[in-house]
Amino acid sequence: MLKPHISVQNLNVLYGDHQALKDVTVDIPEKQITAIIGPSGCGKTTLLKSFNRLIDLVEGVKISGTILVGGVNIYSVDVDVTEVRKRMGLLAQKPCPLPMSIYDNVAYGPKIHGIKKREELDQIVQHCLHSAGLWEEVKDRLKAPASRLSLGQQQRLCLARALAVEPQVLLCDEATSALDPVSAQRVEKLLLSLKGDYTVVMVTHVLRQARRLADYIIFLYMGELVEYGPAEKIFKNPKNSRTQAYIKGVFS
Amino acid sequence: MDRRKLEEAIFKGLMFCSIFLVVGSLLTIIGVVLIKGLPALSIQMLTQIPQGGYYLGKEGGILNAIVGSLYLAGGATALAFVISLPVALYIEEYAGRSKLADFARLSLDVLWSVPSIVFGAFGFAIMTFLGMRASLLGGIVTVALLILPIMVRAMDEVVRMISFELKESSYALGATKFETVVKVVVRQALPGILTAVLLAFGRGIGDAASVLFTAGYTDRIPSSLFDPVATLPLAILFQLGTPFPEVQNRAYASAVVLTVIILTLSIVSRLLTKKLTKYVVR
Repeated sequence: MLKPHISVQNLNVLYGDHQALKDVTVDIPEKQITAIIGPSGCGKTTLLKSFNRLIDLVEGVKISGTILVGGVNIYSVDVDVTEVRKRMGLLAQKPCPLPMSIYDNVAYGPKIHGIKKREELDQIVQHCLHSAGLWEEVKDRLKAPASRLSLGQQQRLCLARALAVEPQVLLCDEATSALDPVSAQRVEKLLLSLKGDYTVVMVTHVLRQARRLADYIIFLYMGELVEYGPAEKIFKNPKNSRTQAYIKGVFS
Repeated sequence: MDRRKLEEAIFKGLMFCSIFLVVGSLLTIIGVVLIKGLPALSIQMLTQIPQGGYYLGKEGGILNAIVGSLYLAGGATALAFVISLPVALYIEEYAGRSKLADFARLSLDVLWSVPSIVFGAFGFAIMTFLGMRASLLGGIVTVALLILPIMVRAMDEVVRMISFELKESSYALGATKFETVVKVVVRQALPGILTAVLLAFGRGIGDAASVLFTAGYTDRIPSSLFDPVATLPLAILFQLGTPFPEVQNRAYASAVVLTVIILTLSIVSRLLTKKLTKYVVR
């Protein structure tokens, strides 16, 4: 297998008494698209959000185990959470623009990380909007409120916003599920074009989407890692009976 | 008729009556104030301070009370705002569901229901203790205390409505809690924050009991924070209390002025809100 970018070791996550992830150990390869699949409530989003420590914000959560990103344990006490999150771009399920202009949405991240020069910010904004395939649509109205964009445009704006802090990893939490088919397809294409530069980890409950995009598959069931490997192998001949059943659509 | 349809009709009728009562009483109040106040209202009344004649003026105007009220309510609103916003943000965003936050909310609710005369008496007691006279400063502090719970609770409600996903978007970019609260939460809550400020201002400018002993009353326009200050509600109170019908009519004119100030502020702030909140995500 390729060089792992994220290495999860014995990860356990508890929400109060409910164990959302049970002893998960898995490697996520660099600059590939890895899809986390599995039925609702299996811990997909929990696993994804443990990569950027957004899971810390959940009340009453207990986390044990290690997650190495580029060899560094992001759960070690001396790690700066904001630095961890800066390296992990998030594309949420629902596009969630910040209450500011299109320009400021993209510039928000670089600004809080200390970039003040106007020309530099202009450049970042333009570059990231380009990468997110939104530049042509918004270049004449960068000062307009982000909330005036269509849902699909908003999601691409969120992608541009995430790219602006120069992350190494993109985390996508069912990022196309709230979009219309055309917008969803655009976002999928963008993800494919970005995988050369970023490690992409996506959660999806749409198997066809995983087939279209993923290089690697992680199958979770009831908080346990059931099977994991190259997408082709998992889809063609899954070893575990539960994976087989899920892929055949016996349950979803 | 079918029993369920009858039920529906009766209930609709009852609701309509209630609404009629609410709208009707508002219109009646405004109507009475206008009918009785407008004839007594004159340019002189708006531009001059009281001039002799009967107590509180047969001659001259109520400029002292207009300016005084604006100073006092403006000052109190500004002071209350400076305290309220951090309190509201803290109990929502930092304290969360902790005991401290619950206790703060309970305290504010209790404060809210304390009658304004009690705030007045409390302010007066403190001022006596400090050896202060009735003054603009005393009035500002007392009224700020009076409107503080209104402002905080109103802000608290809007800050709570902000979706977790929005804050998450900010955290995911590596923002700290402070950055998220100041740059995202406050912006998103801006319309509600402005409403809270306006609500508090309206309550502050309209209250008589809390300023009676703390701000005092005077014929003049205060020139420092330590001068006593006249207010419109007290002007109305004193004018109505005189045995002279002419002066009593001036009380209604003062009421018109007070009502117009509040209405103007509501309208201006509505327009302002639209402009300021262009970027809010709905």
